[in-house]
Amino acid sequence: MIRLEKRVDASKWLNFTVPVCSFLAALVAGAVLIASSGNDPFEAYSRIIDRSFTSEGAFAATLLAATPLLFTGLAAAAAFRMGVFNIGGEGQFFIGAITSSWVGLTYGESLGAGVIPLMMIAGVAGGAMWAAIPGALKAFFNTSEIITSLMLNYVAASLMTYLIFNTESTWRLTEGSGLMFPQGRLLDESTFWPFSHIGSVDVPFGFWVGTVVAVLVWILYRKTRFGFEVDVISDAAPAAAYAGMRTRKTLLGVMGLSGGLAGLGGASDIGDIRHLLDPKGLEPARYGYTGIVIAALARLNPLAVVPVSILMGALNNAGRALQGPDFPAGLVGTLQGLILFFALGGEVFARYRVRVKRSPRASAKASSGDVAVATGAGQTEAPVGSPSSGEVGT
Amino acid sequence: MAGVTRDETAGILIPAVSMRGITKRFPGVVANDSVDFEVRAGEVHALLGENGAGKSTLSNILAGIYRPDEGQLFLNGKLVELNSPRSAIEHGIGMVHQHFRLVQTFSVAENVALGLPGRFSKREAEDRVAALGERFGLPVDPRALIWQLSVGEQQRVEILKSLEREARVLILDEPTAVLTPPEAEVLFETLRTMAAEGRSVIFISHKLDEVMAVSDRVTVLRDATDVGVVEVSETTPRELARLMVGRDVVFNAEDTLNRATVDWERVVLQTVDLRANDDRGNPALNGVSLELHAGEILGVCGVSGNGQRELAEAICASRGRTGGQVLVDGETTIGKDPREMIRRRVSHIPEDRLHTGLAASVSIEDNLVLKAYRAHPFSLGPLLRRRSIRSNAIQLVEQFGVKAPGTSTSTRLLSGGNVQKVLLAREFSSDPVAVVAASPTRGLDVGSIETVRHLLLEAARRGVGVLLITEDLEEALALSDRILVMYEGRVAGEVSRDEADLTELGLLMGGRSAVGSGAQQTGGSES
Repeated sequence: MIRLEKRVDASKWLNFTVPVCSFLAALVAGAVLIASSGNDPFEAYSRIIDRSFTSEGAFAATLLAATPLLFTGLAAAAAFRMGVFNIGGEGQFFIGAITSSWVGLTYGESLGAGVIPLMMIAGVAGGAMWAAIPGALKAFFNTSEIITSLMLNYVAASLMTYLIFNTESTWRLTEGSGLMFPQGRLLDESTFWPFSHIGSVDVPFGFWVGTVVAVLVWILYRKTRFGFEVDVISDAAPAAAYAGMRTRKTLLGVMGLSGGLAGLGGASDIGDIRHLLDPKGLEPARYGYTGIVIAALARLNPLAVVPVSILMGALNNAGRALQGPDFPAGLVGTLQGLILFFALGGEVFARYRVRVKRSPRASAKASSGDVAVATGAGQTEAPVGSPSSGEVGT
Repeated sequence: MAGVTRDETAGILIPAVSMRGITKRFPGVVANDSVDFEVRAGEVHALLGENGAGKSTLSNILAGIYRPDEGQLFLNGKLVELNSPRSAIEHGIGMVHQHFRLVQTFSVAENVALGLPGRFSKREAEDRVAALGERFGLPVDPRALIWQLSVGEQQRVEILKSLEREARVLILDEPTAVLTPPEAEVLFETLRTMAAEGRSVIFISHKLDEVMAVSDRVTVLRDATDVGVVEVSETTPRELARLMVGRDVVFNAEDTLNRATVDWERVVLQTVDLRANDDRGNPALNGVSLELHAGEILGVCGVSGNGQRELAEAICASRGRTGGQVLVDGETTIGKDPREMIRRRVSHIPEDRLHTGLAASVSIEDNLVLKAYRAHPFSLGPLLRRRSIRSNAIQLVEQFGVKAPGTSTSTRLLSGGNVQKVLLAREFSSDPVAVVAASPTRGLDVGSIETVRHLLLEAARRGVGVLLITEDLEEALALSDRILVMYEGRVAGEVSRDEADLTELGLLMGGRSAVGSGAQQTGGSES
């Protein structure tokens, strides 16, 4: 018989091994799937590795794909740590892109490179304010932040589409090709975030920012009074209130932080990648939702979000590069799904101990002989000494 | 004994229930270590032991909820294996849990019939429940919905459920914890009736007087194993207590401690016409005025649900006040924020220790600074100072004798007594002027109860005022200088400890005023 028993204390060792084993198991399951579709799994995997890491420019492309995911992953992890389910990273990312591109478009030419920090601030502020709406609704009216933050994603997406397609706003290109087809206005080159070169790899500025922010978020949760309050509130809200903690304030703070991180991702998308507000490019990317997956894989640890987002970025990048008749369509998406599936399944092993046991019937048989004699019940009940399956249940 | 089954051929006694060598392990603990337990037909058999001695585990095994890792169970001499609560019911074993398993929106008859085979006929079910209730002295309206019933009535429904399923063995897990003394008396009568019919009643308790009052024999568990079976007629409460804790227990705190001298001139905590609502927004506290003096232990008694919880929370501002005032050291408080009362050095030991007083999954060291983490020495600006938090914990764990593997252990892994010690360590180490303690010993074992009472008395001796809210009259009598009785959100009466007697207190708790105040009430209604 196999049973699950709750672990008394989850060990640190398991925090690392379980996700790694889950990842390997997902790869094995993926390989079985590829093989059953008539393809060679080793070839498929080596092509993925080639296009995401080893071939020329591949790793740079991977980092670029990972950068927005790094921010949305941090956003989800920051909120989920307190048990606040901010599903609105997607919308907060859009709003961050809108506010930071406005700053870039308005002040880019006059301020030069000095506009970059302003873009970041604008992105953070936009995302934080957007997240504050579901945060305040939860704090004051106890509405479900899952529903409200999710719904606001559609509002944000529609707002972005409206700004480009239905108005003559600052964001819209109103001359040249913009007259033929509605599109965003390109920002001035001074607003482009700089790349740094590590060896032959171009690292986007946003990736550095995200890494630093990951460390800061980790410190915030591990070393500060704010993190202490989040720990207590997520575990026992009544205890927090009893101890005089301001649970509403902390909730708003966490939502603001989460939204701000997603909004910073939007700013990085403008500064690092697109340099214009592009609703038709941002919406299908689904950065916000992938961020939730990343946070789950990283087990809500902000530091782990960095490597996990690189991994997911690599798969996205390879998926884009390898699309074609000779590569199984949807393979990369399937792999991402498998990784999430196995990672969440692996949580069971991190929290519970698996015990393989002989059935109690068998162990009863092993020990019943001497016990029956000891009780004296054997005198009145002849077959007690050898309990058979037939007798059980009478 | 009349109801005992005799085996015709062998001529020896066969117990109704016989558990042999029962061992049950949970991760990190052995809850039952080769326990032998026997119950005869026709007896009320008490299972006595401290918290964590393994009473609940043993009874859950008998009720088919847990499966033992080792050992065997014989019912009327036959070896049986219980795979589920259902198979236990089929074998005639019924259990009344401490927390009832009832559907709140169903009627009594529906709850009793729930899960029975065959078609459900409402009329028939109601008649059967009424008949059963009459037979066993368990009157309850079969058509009433569960949420409309008092806790005592709900317990009757649980017992009826077992009787309807023809239970020959009935297990009651701390049944009196939720009852008033008169209700408990009625329950004991029912238990005796059932035993007289030849059923076996297993009565789990850690209250010695009840065990002495109701049972025929007692099995005592200590540290997961059985340490003795005694006939009640041949034992004394003192002996049972010694078996239970493995040493002599001092019952009267007065024997060991000099009582505090109360400074009647200095009022540390005062409420004036304090009012508050319950969780549903109905008035629960209807104008309570009291004065707590330095060094005084003021007992507040009453059946639970008469505003005691709201009183404690309204004083400590974790519940909004709807009227009246609370004064600390003569100064009025605003009462909007628990932080204010923490700053005024009013400690609060809430009823719900593990989820209100403490955060269960948070470490011991963090729980010990749950109120003090904001300031020096535990934080510096926005940053926590882990080192001082830890050294604070090491010192308090030592000082208050908390048994824990380490200060970073999750608090929920501790036993009930140690959980309470963590809470008390925090509240008493913060140099309070007054302590509001709500049921501080409820559910604890004898040893822990002694420790907690000792701490309360010691605090009073240092000049702290202690507001002791308790349902345990004996405790109130043993510790308090004065006792207030609450009934329906008001103070129904006050007695000083010298003139208090249990009967009078019981009457006040039941809403029957003592003669003097009864006259006052009549006078009031005339004017």
